[in-house]
Amino acid sequence: MKRVQFRHSLLPYFLLIPQLSIIGLFFLWPAGEAIRASFYLEDPFGFGSTFVGMDNYIDTMSNAEYLNTAWFTLIFTVVVAFFSLSISLLLAVKADAVLHARSSYRTLLMWVYAIAPPVAGLVSLMLFDQHLGPITDLAALFGWELRLGVNGFDTAFVMSTTAIWKQIPVNFIFFLSGLQSVPKSIQEAAAIDCKSGTRRFWSVTFPLLAPTGFFLLIINITYALFDTFGIIDVLIKSEPGNNPITLVYKVYNDAFRGNDLGGSSAQSVVLMILVFILTIIQFRMIERKVHYN
Amino acid sequence: MRRVHFWDHLILILGSLLMLMPILYAFMTSTHDPVSIFRNGMQLSPGGHFFETYHTILTKAGGFTKEVTGVTMFWNSMILGIGFAVGKIVISMMAAYAIVYFRLPFASFFFWIIFSSLLLPLEVRILPSYEIVQSMGMMNSYAGLIIPLIASATGTFYFRQFFKSVPDELVEAARIDGAGPVKFFLDILVPLSRTMIAAIFIIMFVYGWNQYLWPTLITTDESFFTLVRGIKQITQVYAESRLPKVNEAMALSILAMLPPILVVIIFQSWFVKGLVESEK
Repeated sequence: MKRVQFRHSLLPYFLLIPQLSIIGLFFLWPAGEAIRASFYLEDPFGFGSTFVGMDNYIDTMSNAEYLNTAWFTLIFTVVVAFFSLSISLLLAVKADAVLHARSSYRTLLMWVYAIAPPVAGLVSLMLFDQHLGPITDLAALFGWELRLGVNGFDTAFVMSTTAIWKQIPVNFIFFLSGLQSVPKSIQEAAAIDCKSGTRRFWSVTFPLLAPTGFFLLIINITYALFDTFGIIDVLIKSEPGNNPITLVYKVYNDAFRGNDLGGSSAQSVVLMILVFILTIIQFRMIERKVHYN
Repeated sequence: MRRVHFWDHLILILGSLLMLMPILYAFMTSTHDPVSIFRNGMQLSPGGHFFETYHTILTKAGGFTKEVTGVTMFWNSMILGIGFAVGKIVISMMAAYAIVYFRLPFASFFFWIIFSSLLLPLEVRILPSYEIVQSMGMMNSYAGLIIPLIASATGTFYFRQFFKSVPDELVEAARIDGAGPVKFFLDILVPLSRTMIAAIFIIMFVYGWNQYLWPTLITTDESFFTLVRGIKQITQVYAESRLPKVNEAMALSILAMLPPILVVIIFQSWFVKGLVESEK
């Protein structure tokens, strides 16, 4: 906080009211409501609700469908985070290495950031379409009959590919800005000591990038869990059926389609705990970063 | 040395193509007529129907919506993008100013309340949020679309961080000159934050424009549809396995992505600054 501050009795409260009231109304209240509803069983005809304790949680957690979804979400998250981080790290290292046209490459590699996930999903839906899609044709050349929306693995493959593609720009921007903050003197000293570029990367540059990498890992996990909703919804055309979906999609689907208020709320609370843990980790890392810089 | 750079450039060019090709396919396909698309699949060469297709999606209710045109959806997207960005900047600057520059009892309590909003992405509290907005009669309104999205604390953290880096001498000088807190805020702090405001505006505009789940739930009346919300209607046509007009679907996708892409490319340095700073 500031050493010098204003003393004023009402003004600061007046300044805080808009933010606090919106947070109270649209964040805390709904969150509280979700927690409350997770302990109740709603009458399907709208005649009140009964307290059922942890039943919703137990029912949800022991449901085979939920466990399948959780398993798929885990694999999806790992795949998306791993590939989008590695591809963008490679591109950022190369963009940092070239002297000519660096800013043109930066533009060419980051503009996809601006595309909304569902829009990316729709383009993918076409590119992987069984009749129209050029990528389906390409896969056929290798003897792979790609059937989006029919074959579960193929659908998961298209979802992951689209999600990875959409996330490359963010990772690229952060990696590049991380690389550019590595002091030139360190790079030059390393270049004198070690001739192999690959070894120099793994033993000098990579450790220096670790804070950025960890931070991006959290961002990517959050992205794969929550922000891919639009991609998934479009690719499965809002029809889960036998298609693979993520936990967040299931929360939405059970609440709005399945009318399972208690179960959906219990799933929400589980996800809230997950976000809570991720946010705490993220903040602790930022504090560490600030300390050592 | 030369050879090393050749490989670097090759990888970068391949990466750039990887990002570009899907969108190039989408755009080129949108310039062909539906019959030839059905016969030959998606296209990589320009077709002769650019003006025809784009004129149709902009001015007529196509095969995907009943009455709303591309132009109306475009303006709704603009209202959502700009309304969200402006609202968020104003509200979070005010809150950050109160937290940093005033001696507040319970300051850390307020800080934690605001912080808590980071822990609750919209997706995990979607049903109760929807019910609250519905019970307040805010369905199918710009307020219902924008306000619930505004509150998350990212903007407040961003400005709080920036205000803390502003030298204390400025406040002292302002106080000696007899400037009150309101005058100091409007005449000194806001002009000083100009670049920060621009940077966060870009990020928030793109974020608001690209909203999907919330508009899908809150707007059932077509006249409030945004372009990204309109994408849902296209997939609906597919789901009913009717014959979709692929050229128009791709043209709408291009229309939905063009404004944010232009903003990001034109204001690139602000965008990168906003992204790197706001995620910290």
